[in-house]
Amino acid sequence: MPIKVEIISPEKVLVSRDVDMVVMPGEEGDIAAMPEHAPMMLLLRGGTVSLYDGDTVTDRYFVGAGFADMTPTRCTILADEAVPVTEISIDSATARLEELTEAWDAADKSDVSRLEGIMSKIQSVRAEIDAGVGH
Amino acid sequence: MASLKELRASIGSVKSTRKITSAMKMVAAAKLRRAQTHAEAARPYAAAMRRMLGELAAAMSGEDGAPKLLAGSGEDRVHLLIPVTSDRGLAGGFNSNINRTTQLTIRRLQAEGKTVRLLPVGRKGFDFLSRDYADLIVDHVIGVGGKEVPFSAASDLGARITKLLENSQLDVCTVIYNRFQNVMSQVPTPLQLIPLGLDEAEAVSDSNAAQYEFEPDEQTLLERLLPRNLQVQIYAALLESAAGEQGARMTAMDNATRNAGKAIDRLTQKYNRTRQANITNDLIEIISGAQAV
Repeated sequence: MPIKVEIISPEKVLVSRDVDMVVMPGEEGDIAAMPEHAPMMLLLRGGTVSLYDGDTVTDRYFVGAGFADMTPTRCTILADEAVPVTEISIDSATARLEELTEAWDAADKSDVSRLEGIMSKIQSVRAEIDAGVGH
Repeated sequence: MASLKELRASIGSVKSTRKITSAMKMVAAAKLRRAQTHAEAARPYAAAMRRMLGELAAAMSGEDGAPKLLAGSGEDRVHLLIPVTSDRGLAGGFNSNINRTTQLTIRRLQAEGKTVRLLPVGRKGFDFLSRDYADLIVDHVIGVGGKEVPFSAASDLGARITKLLENSQLDVCTVIYNRFQNVMSQVPTPLQLIPLGLDEAEAVSDSNAAQYEFEPDEQTLLERLLPRNLQVQIYAALLESAAGEQGARMTAMDNATRNAGKAIDRLTQKYNRTRQANITNDLIEIISGAQAV
């Protein structure tokens, strides 16, 4: 029995189809959505979402931070940004990483919430680069 | 009576006006299609977000300490209005409708003794409001209503509002935008963003609501979802407004083209009558000249 997965970015719906399993990067560790999974809502960190048909990965998408909403029959991923890993531009990601690193150096080290914000963005961009290189 | 030369000149000028208005109509029609596609593509995200918020709110109902973005600051003193207009004119009543609604809302709120602040989006609204309410404007945004509405415009706005809220500089926040009903009509609609009125019925209708698990926990999720929801709501309003602008312009230019056609017909008729009268006059002169000999 398949599960219906939807990957939605603010601009458009990227994926909407039936798959056997979805593995996504939860904020507290990777998590797989399968049919009959208990309803669950979670935060996502930047990373790759893999769609499985049987035991093989058919598609991989990079998502920035976001949210996921799982029920026994569907899995909705709301991503701040989402791209197929084949379309990741490593140059632009590297440029963004440099910008963020500069912002980190320039930031006021006592402003913890700002530092945390920058750090999670840096981790997200690093995950994007890894996903792009690994492809 | 106008001379033939003058009539010819004015027919020529109305004809070139008609060319311009009909070209603008075509351009608006093409842009409208694109804007509509964008607006429709953004809907699933907003819908899914509303559903998640509804479930979260249902799971948290009864608990205290709801974030400010959801419940507001608990007061009703300072109102922030965000009228969304276009940067360019020639779109019929599109901008003036928003401006009028904004003006009425400001008067009503001020009569109730509230403090009003304004954050106009789009040049037309900013220009209009600067005339009478320059001291109420906290900030303005220009240049988002163009070809494409970038999501970053909405997230910037969202961040500004959140900051104002955290600094206790606003209690209630409302966007006034043109809701795209169809190509012919755009309805000026106020949409309250803070405090967020969650539809209770929507939350309860989902039978799964009670069994949901949350990771990390409800509070954290809500704190992350709410700013995002604010941005998404603003984004949707900006997109609708962009589509409405093109629709309004298309309708206005269609009317203008038709009116120009009528004016040309009228002028041409007048031109022909004048020409015939001139010929008759000339003939009378020739004949009476011949008779006199």
